[in-house]
Amino acid sequence: MKDVKVLGPGCKRCVATAEMVQAEATRLGVSVRIEKVTDYAAIAGYGIASTPGVVVDGKVMHAGGLPKAEDIARWLSA
Amino acid sequence: MSAPAVASARSAQPGAPIWIGGTVAALVLWVAIYSQLEPFSIWLVGELPVTPGTHLHEALSFFALDTPKVLLLLTIVVFGMGVVRSFFSAERTRAMLAGRHEGAGNVVAATLGIVTPFCSCSAVPMFIGFVSAGVPLGVTFSFLISAPMVNEVALGLLFGLVGWKVALIYLGFGLAVAIVSGWVIGLLHLEGWLEPWVRDLRTASVDLPGQSLSSIDRIKAGLDAMRDIVGRVWMWMIVGIGAGAFIHGYVPTELLASIMGRGAWWSVPAVVLIAVPIYSNAAGIIPVVEALLGKGAALGTVLAFMMAVTAISAPETILLRRVLSVRLIAVFIGVVTVGILAVGYLFNALI
Repeated sequence: MKDVKVLGPGCKRCVATAEMVQAEATRLGVSVRIEKVTDYAAIAGYGIASTPGVVVDGKVMHAGGLPKAEDIARWLSA
Repeated sequence: MSAPAVASARSAQPGAPIWIGGTVAALVLWVAIYSQLEPFSIWLVGELPVTPGTHLHEALSFFALDTPKVLLLLTIVVFGMGVVRSFFSAERTRAMLAGRHEGAGNVVAATLGIVTPFCSCSAVPMFIGFVSAGVPLGVTFSFLISAPMVNEVALGLLFGLVGWKVALIYLGFGLAVAIVSGWVIGLLHLEGWLEPWVRDLRTASVDLPGQSLSSIDRIKAGLDAMRDIVGRVWMWMIVGIGAGAFIHGYVPTELLASIMGRGAWWSVPAVVLIAVPIYSNAAGIIPVVEALLGKGAALGTVLAFMMAVTAISAPETILLRRVLSVRLIAVFIGVVTVGILAVGYLFNALI
């Protein structure tokens, strides 16, 4: 079970990012728990300065703009 | 020896020649279309049942030329900056600013504001991210003022519609307002006016795992920026061109010159007061700027109007309220407004 957090105040791209993670997880057959973190203090606590951010199992993998599908697949398979 | 090396380089980036060739072909097509806009708009308006020389004809001519022109300029500028911005990130900008002092830091922050990806929805996370990582408050403000005001859309459209001189002047004075305003806010030592939870937050900069980008990824980043930004601003753009067309066709030159011309000392504060609550992005405001200048409005007055519309916006201010106290927001708006007024007056006096 991968624990994925999508950091972002609820902008369009944050929603799109969460959907991409779900789609990649389904494609790879990896079970994930996706949580959207929308609280500003919590987002900043991860040390990123641009959203959406992606945290996989507690490690910040991405910040700013949509991630690439290949990268998501790599994070989920690691 | 060289053949396998070439083959491996290709396999690392399959399709790169196609992507780069496609980009070049698209650019050639862009230039070809752009060069035909004027004859096309004249032909189009000529086909309409409108008498040449009437107000309506003038307004329609403006609209028929500016709509495709602004759209084309916007597309290419946003694409180009999307590619450039793939070399920058908010995290990297923050790392460059974290050790800076006021002064030089304000200059670097305002300059980075031009190239760092920014949208008003990310203003708050970015603000918190900067301040909590130890970027001084005044330096953060320099960035926050420069990013929406002196951006690629504003500069690219000014360059295309009004001319390179005005674009350069806008760049120079926009940066000056951002640098000086941030510096003044820094001098006032207002850290105590941040919301307490922001002040107490201390985060280390995060090290993101390297995401090496190929040239294809950068072209894709440009296309992605194009889809996102053109999709977001086209409505503003149409409204702005409509307003510009109305001014161009219907507003009498003498009237406008008497209100916004250099003779009226009160016109700079009047347009800034009108502009502060209005929000439009650069794509919407520049057709209006073009029409106003064409009708004899003074350059300083028009630049002050444009800066006030883009730099201070109600949506961003409401978002910033989450992290700044009302007093700090008031200081921010006050300092920036004074800076913009100074630019307007200075300009009208110089030219």
